[in-house]
Amino acid sequence: MFNYYLRLALLSIRRNPILSALMVAAIALGIGASMTTITVNYLMSSNPIPQKSDQLYYVQVDSWDPNEPAEEPNEPPEQLTWTDANNLYAAQKAQRQVIMATTAAVVEPPSQDAKPFNAYIRLTTNEFFPMFDVPFLYGGHWQASADKGREQVVVLSRKSNDKIFGGENSVGRSLRLAGRQFTVVGVLESWYPAPKFYDVGTGAFEEPEDLYIPFLLKEELQLPNGGNTNCWKTPEDDSFAGFLRSECINYQMWVELPEEQDKQAYLAFLNNYANEQKALGRFPRPLNNRLSDVMQWMENRQVVTDDARVMLWLSLMFLVVCLLNTVGLLLAKFSGKSAEIGLRRAIGASRQALFYQHLVETACIGLTGGIAGLALAYLGLLGIGSLYGSFADNLSSLDINMVLLALLLSLISSIAAGLYPTWRACSIAPASQLKSQ
Amino acid sequence: MLNMQNVTKIFRTDLVETRALSDFNLHVKEGEFVTVTGPSGSGKTTFLNIAGLLESFDDGVYDLDGENVRHLNDTQRSRLRNEKIGFIFQSFNLIPDLDLFDNVDVPLRYRGFNGSERKRRIERCLELVGLANRMKHLPAQLSGGQQQRVAIARALAGEPRFLLADEPTGNLDSKMAHSVMQLLKDINDEGTTIVMVTHDPSLAREAKRNIFVKDGKVSDVTHISASAPEPIASISASGARHV
Repeated sequence: MFNYYLRLALLSIRRNPILSALMVAAIALGIGASMTTITVNYLMSSNPIPQKSDQLYYVQVDSWDPNEPAEEPNEPPEQLTWTDANNLYAAQKAQRQVIMATTAAVVEPPSQDAKPFNAYIRLTTNEFFPMFDVPFLYGGHWQASADKGREQVVVLSRKSNDKIFGGENSVGRSLRLAGRQFTVVGVLESWYPAPKFYDVGTGAFEEPEDLYIPFLLKEELQLPNGGNTNCWKTPEDDSFAGFLRSECINYQMWVELPEEQDKQAYLAFLNNYANEQKALGRFPRPLNNRLSDVMQWMENRQVVTDDARVMLWLSLMFLVVCLLNTVGLLLAKFSGKSAEIGLRRAIGASRQALFYQHLVETACIGLTGGIAGLALAYLGLLGIGSLYGSFADNLSSLDINMVLLALLLSLISSIAAGLYPTWRACSIAPASQLKSQ
Repeated sequence: MLNMQNVTKIFRTDLVETRALSDFNLHVKEGEFVTVTGPSGSGKTTFLNIAGLLESFDDGVYDLDGENVRHLNDTQRSRLRNEKIGFIFQSFNLIPDLDLFDNVDVPLRYRGFNGSERKRRIERCLELVGLANRMKHLPAQLSGGQQQRVAIARALAGEPRFLLADEPTGNLDSKMAHSVMQLLKDINDEGTTIVMVTHDPSLAREAKRNIFVKDGKVSDVTHISASAPEPIASISASGARHV
């Protein structure tokens, strides 16, 4: 009977093209608006590294001002000082650990034709790449010895490699960076984690950096600070070394702790470290050290902004308004079919059969609206992309999950909208309609 | 075939109660052709609706083909309508978007027949009413008489034992009306029981029995002789008139 109902639905839609088009448009608008915001929220809140997000922990130690917390109500500072980052990294207490910061420097490509450009650089340690499952196109990451030896090695993003070396395998080749000669040891495959979980402070949905170099080169090359720098205490002197020795925070640390006991052991280590620092006259606040896994850290940093949440609710309310309009249009449409419904009842259709028939019709309208809504959502996401630039690029793509969700949402919404009109249509007393034609 | 005893139907609004049928008694035997006449508002259509299980009733007993229908649920009533009753309406009630084939197909779909069985029945019934060559026409492309023939084909497609016709010739000119009437008589001759509501006395005389309904009751029953050229009424002791 389904095929028969489908045929009747198409006939009925053709019979009232304007009414049907209005219903499709109402559903499409509602689905389009809600899918646009749902997609943005979905991408904002998606797990960027699901295979190990519960094993990676962001490290916070409370080195802040005794008189006020770094963040209300009693949050430890978001980043680490140079001293703490280096001390914690040197202890090597986790299975893997990485410290990092951002900076910027001028890159001079080897080709005389290519112009120098300012590049965003991630200063990090060698385990950044295996710890975050960063894929390589050519070569690989540098070794721990390169970190210790402050070797001038560099890993390029695929985009940078395309720009500097025309996409060739550049491993072993040189480029000048911050006025020094660097050797390329690896080129990344395209890698755009969304959110950029490892450093949401520099923009959770920004592109990853152009280049990656060993962390300690910051000191060696006196590279400028990137991202957010906060201090609760003025540095002792204005020199670069003075800044590094200060209580200013600008560095992030992640550790990989596969088991719960590893986490507990590491937290104990952090507390011991804090107590040692207290003994040295630092860490004036009570112990308040934290380990947050990837999703906890995204939540803590409010990666899904309140604006996005409000927009989501507004768009869902808009969908409800569109569906209420659809209910009205369906009531009009089905009341126009009273005579046919009465006739079908008279010649043997049960209420249930007619209910299914009209539900199929409603679902057809809903699915058509859903497909049109997907097109509108696509346009909406393109609009967001063009309005907000690179911030939105990683948030404005419809994947298969979103397409299926849109179709499911439109189907459920339209069927929900069609229940009352369908029920009313099927409740028609057949005898009352048979003399009305 | 159809047996109603003391059937009562009351339409109620907030202010008014209307007795459409009051202690209505009628027995229709298998193979009969019964016409129902009476003034407007006498209860003819209400009787037909109840007989066709399109409306419930408040009191009394109604057996259709030996089955008490009083307490049947909607699905059971729908099944009975589909399997045992064929309907013919004054205004044909064809579905305008469907061609003749698909219009006749409607009751068969709900019956659950397979495609080949439906096709066989549809073609046979359209053949019977002389419209086999117009299967793909839409109702609007036919005359009133032809549309009513399609409605008759639809009513017959399920091979019902009982045909209910509500003024089937009411919208037709006299020539077409007699043609449709002849078709109904032929169908009756094949053994199908027919109950037909009509305002037309000349058509009423073509049945085997006429029921006159007044104030929601059977007030008169006339048995009609097949050979009688003109009806001359005489009332028997039982209240039935033999012509």
